[in-house]
Amino acid sequence: MSAIGRPLLEVKGLRMHFPITEGLVARKLVGEVKAVDGIDFTVRRGETLGLVGESGCGKTTTGRCILRLERPTGGEILYDGVDIARMERKELLALRRRIQVIFQDPYSSLNPRMKVGDIIGEPIKVHGIEPDATRRTARVRELLSVCGLDQRFADRYPHEMSGGQRQRVGIARALALNPEFIVCDEAVSALDVSIQAQVVNLLEDLREQFGLTYLFIAHDLSVVRHLCQRVAVMYLGRIVELADVDELFGNPLHPYTQALLAAVPVPDPSVEMHRSFRPVHGEVPSPINPPSGCVFHPRCPVAVEGCRHERPELREVRPGHFAACSEVR
Amino acid sequence: MPSLLEVIDLHTEFRTGAGLVRAVDGISYTVDPGETVAIVGESGSGKSVSALSVLRLIPDPPGRITQGEIRFAGRDLMQLSDAEMREIRGGDIGMVFQEPMTSLNPVLTIGRQITETLEQHRGMDRAAAHKRAVELLGLVGIADAERRLKQYPHQLSGGMRQRVMIAIALACDPKLIIADEPTTALDVTIQAQILELMKDLTRRLNVALIIITHNLGVVARYANRVNVMYAGRLVESGPAADVYHNPRHPYTIALLRSVPRLDRPRQERLDPVAGQPPDLTRLDAGCAFRPRCRFAVEACSAARPPLEPAGVPGHLAACFRSRDVRETGAAA
Repeated sequence: MSAIGRPLLEVKGLRMHFPITEGLVARKLVGEVKAVDGIDFTVRRGETLGLVGESGCGKTTTGRCILRLERPTGGEILYDGVDIARMERKELLALRRRIQVIFQDPYSSLNPRMKVGDIIGEPIKVHGIEPDATRRTARVRELLSVCGLDQRFADRYPHEMSGGQRQRVGIARALALNPEFIVCDEAVSALDVSIQAQVVNLLEDLREQFGLTYLFIAHDLSVVRHLCQRVAVMYLGRIVELADVDELFGNPLHPYTQALLAAVPVPDPSVEMHRSFRPVHGEVPSPINPPSGCVFHPRCPVAVEGCRHERPELREVRPGHFAACSEVR
Repeated sequence: MPSLLEVIDLHTEFRTGAGLVRAVDGISYTVDPGETVAIVGESGSGKSVSALSVLRLIPDPPGRITQGEIRFAGRDLMQLSDAEMREIRGGDIGMVFQEPMTSLNPVLTIGRQITETLEQHRGMDRAAAHKRAVELLGLVGIADAERRLKQYPHQLSGGMRQRVMIAIALACDPKLIIADEPTTALDVTIQAQILELMKDLTRRLNVALIIITHNLGVVARYANRVNVMYAGRLVESGPAADVYHNPRHPYTIALLRSVPRLDRPRQERLDPVAGQPPDLTRLDAGCAFRPRCRFAVEACSAARPPLEPAGVPGHLAACFRSRDVRETGAAA
């Protein structure tokens, strides 16, 4: 923990608005999807920051902007002090060595026609790190074993493996270039319960072993609580709350965070029996035409008149605990 | 009180390129009127196939129900003709599936899909069916019913579509609803809304519910009884509270231990189930969980343990060592 220090990543006012166009020839702009609408956060070196929220809240788009799979429409992304938000292709190649990604679906993110050994070895080849084939094979073996896979898997195809094994291949590929920062986008969500815990433990071991920094994007709050040091909660393109993990889960301040936590059922019938529980009403509004004022106000149990007009900024309510709600004192 | 549904020694097989898969390999369970029973298990455990078998919705080929009885309200569903079976499906037994977008017809309005069910099963005329459809949408919490009935599935959100599925399932006053991962595709706040709705309606209307899920929290919040499946078999079955607090099968114990819990202090490390899920084409004569089991002994490789009473009445476990795992289980 002591290694956690200065920010490796600083996101400032990040915006990703996707245009909606009409017409086949003369494309006319008819609107915008405000997938990410001005967010700020930092990730410190060696820490795992959780990014949680429901579908369409912008958590995956945020990850894609940091990976520069999207070109943000506004704001800055300072990686190790350098703004990468507007970098061009050539410069990005060097960045990709340092920032890697683990995707959700191990079924669709691995090329079915490539052997596992080639899948893991490809980035090493592409980046010209190890031109020698023999030494590359040795590196692939090493990566397999680091991820808890038998070396024989190098000669197999993805379809010959189980979901958990495939996800380990995805992790080995992400590690191939010795990155310092990994975006885990729903990295354990598609796995069965019994396998999920194995992969979570692996991610923790790798973080220790290689001093990795993670951005852990997920919707499963209990996994996030286990794995992250700090957590940011997103709703409709904005961060509504950000705090240390124990503070966020022990003392959630934003009504949306509270609703989210209350909605998660605990695997214990006697706990559930004594839990009073009223689900938050309504559904997530469209990011094309978000509500005025606070975007959560139509669903919020404590909303007052002012919430309809005034958009609350994320402010530090207590040391290290940020919330975007005017009703939080 | 006689059971509403009684599944006796059900076997369902699939012929695949890799070999014969016994997806459901001799399971028996009952569901009482008005009761909520959960079937919990991981991918490939046979939980969905077991439910589809009850409805005789197994695609043949490659699948086939090879053995077993399915007694529903006094009739053996295995003996019914296809026409009689169609009467039961959507009539006395309602269905809710995981993906409402694929189970609703994209080219029919919501209204038509509800009224069609009512005309088919209950012989209502259009006007009566329409009136009932408005009533049903109100029941599942959809406001502005008249307008919604004219809409197509793609115009609704995922949560709204699942409410429509529930309305269709309830249309003919069923005695039983089978819900296969009804909220898995939904966000957590919407999942909570849908599950609360199903719980409230099944209680109010005294409809029994079989809910198939992989989510142990959902089971804990909503089920009276739980059946745990592994590799096509029931490994543990009993009152939910008892199975959770006093699990008697090593798989149930391992599963409960492997999930991080929001209501407990943060653990240093998770305690996963070791090994990989079983390959159903390569099962041997022994217990299928044996390779991953920390209690396994010699006897476990010789034969499959039968489901036997363990603990309180109604609590069953299929483990030769269910007596020994009790002490350790209590710590889980």
